Amino acid sequence: MAPTVSIVRYHTPMNYWPLLGVAVVVFGFAVRANPALVVVIAGVVSGLLAGLPIPDLLALIGNKFVASRNLLVLLLTLPTIGLLERAGLREHAQAFIARMRTFTLARLLIAYLALRQALSMLGLTGIAGHPQTVRPLLAPMAEAAAEKIDADLNAADRDRVKAMCAATDNIGLFFGEDVFIAFGAVLLIQGFYAQNGINLDPRSISLWALPTALAAFAIQSLRALRLQRRLRGKRNSHAAH
Amino acid sequence: MLRIEYVYWLCAALLAACALHDLRARRFAAAAFWGILAAIFLGGDAVAEAAAQANALPAQCVGIGVIVLALIAGSGALRRVPEAADPAAAARRHESAARLGHQLFVPALLIPFGTLALSLAQPYTPWAPADRGQFTLIALGIACLAAMLAALWLTRSSPRQAVVETSRLLDALSWAALLPMLLAMLGAVFAATGVGEAIAHVVAAAIPTQSPTACLLAFAFGMVAFTVIMGNAFAAFPVMMAGIGLPLLIGEHHAHAAALGALGMLTGYCGTLLTPMAANYNVVPAALLELRDPNGVIRAQWPSALALLAVNFAMLWFFAMP
Repeated sequence: MAPTVSIVRYHTPMNYWPLLGVAVVVFGFAVRANPALVVVIAGVVSGLLAGLPIPDLLALIGNKFVASRNLLVLLLTLPTIGLLERAGLREHAQAFIARMRTFTLARLLIAYLALRQALSMLGLTGIAGHPQTVRPLLAPMAEAAAEKIDADLNAADRDRVKAMCAATDNIGLFFGEDVFIAFGAVLLIQGFYAQNGINLDPRSISLWALPTALAAFAIQSLRALRLQRRLRGKRNSHAAH
Repeated sequence: MLRIEYVYWLCAALLAACALHDLRARRFAAAAFWGILAAIFLGGDAVAEAAAQANALPAQCVGIGVIVLALIAGSGALRRVPEAADPAAAARRHESAARLGHQLFVPALLIPFGTLALSLAQPYTPWAPADRGQFTLIALGIACLAAMLAALWLTRSSPRQAVVETSRLLDALSWAALLPMLLAMLGAVFAATGVGEAIAHVVAAAIPTQSPTACLLAFAFGMVAFTVIMGNAFAAFPVMMAGIGLPLLIGEHHAHAAALGALGMLTGYCGTLLTPMAANYNVVPAALLELRDPNGVIRAQWPSALALLAVNFAMLWFFAMP
């Protein structure tokens, strides 16, 4: 069975100029220009260098922007979170964790990681996330757990703890979802192979995602424990002075 | 029958309310920014319909709107002076937290668990669309609406207060909220202009194709590098697969297709953890959590990403290659 390459259509001659769009992105991020502006300029540069007429390019930008509206639905969580924060949600989450002696920083992060990965493996990816669970719940709880270690946590360590919450959510999501057979990535892989004459059972693909899922859990758990150990070490060196 | 457009119209209403709030506070750049976005969300369905009937004019107007949004973002005029920490407000929050206690968790948890319950109920709901992805978004929309009503009732706040709080969070997110949509747009432009083909072409021409090790290295690091550039492993996968995976690894070196596909995609995910181009995972959370470093999330996850990259590469090496 000779696989046929159908997705990539090699133009003759190959036009390499649109690659400058990639260079715009790299340069723009390197000089810390506004990312929104950099991304739009990169799209325009790439389109013009590929010889797209300006009306077609504008229509392409407009159509694709409209087609990705689903990415902004997280906006709808903001009124609830804003109202609850004004009513003391973060303060309550912090007080709750401060009272619970069994909830150390590492245990909190590892428990969240396990939950997030397990839910993703069942295909329930949308029920947690940065706006829904990390900002209102996980981050203030982790901050409170870190304050139990060191009552005067400095701003840099506070940011490090919050960033670790976001990282834990990402890793739980990414390395859980591929184990779910109806997830887009598995269907994308299966669909790509099917187009090229290789027929696979989605289960055989998602099975191969399981070892990496376990490795991700182990690695991120170890890093949560290391963060906790570092904060404890810092506290002890304060105390020694 | 519920349609996904209703959820987008809800977003449009919220954006318009925030735009009006910014207008009354004389933050004109922010008012224009959220106002344009509200108009795009309101008219999005009509734009898609017109495009399907070969009328490109509405889409072109959106294209111009997107460029204007980028210019407003780039001008720096969106920056809103954060309110100084108000001790009276902090005392009120502590008092309210003590009074409401665990009840405060109820509306917050209503969003995830409401979405979950509605998703599970999908097979029994005649008014739901069959598409699972769309249904999840509708479920999220309904859950958010229910949670907002619960929060209004619990905190005895007025809807106006909800707009004030949303505007505060939205202006803190600022242009970062828009970045995921802009990057999806950029990915489509790159695809339409053959950027992926050019990269696959360059890589395939640069490696010694008779060596399985060289091909596997090029495939794995190509997945990471292309995901870093595009911000999305889904965009990298077909390109690297068609350029290297299928013709060289499977065609010439007889790699195991299922393992190569799954582990190749997961290798790309390691790239997602490393790039600001994956805005909704790395940049938006940094803004949401008000980190001082916009790359703080990437800084927190690069050690995990590199460790997982090593794991994936070892698995590819031992299991995907014959």
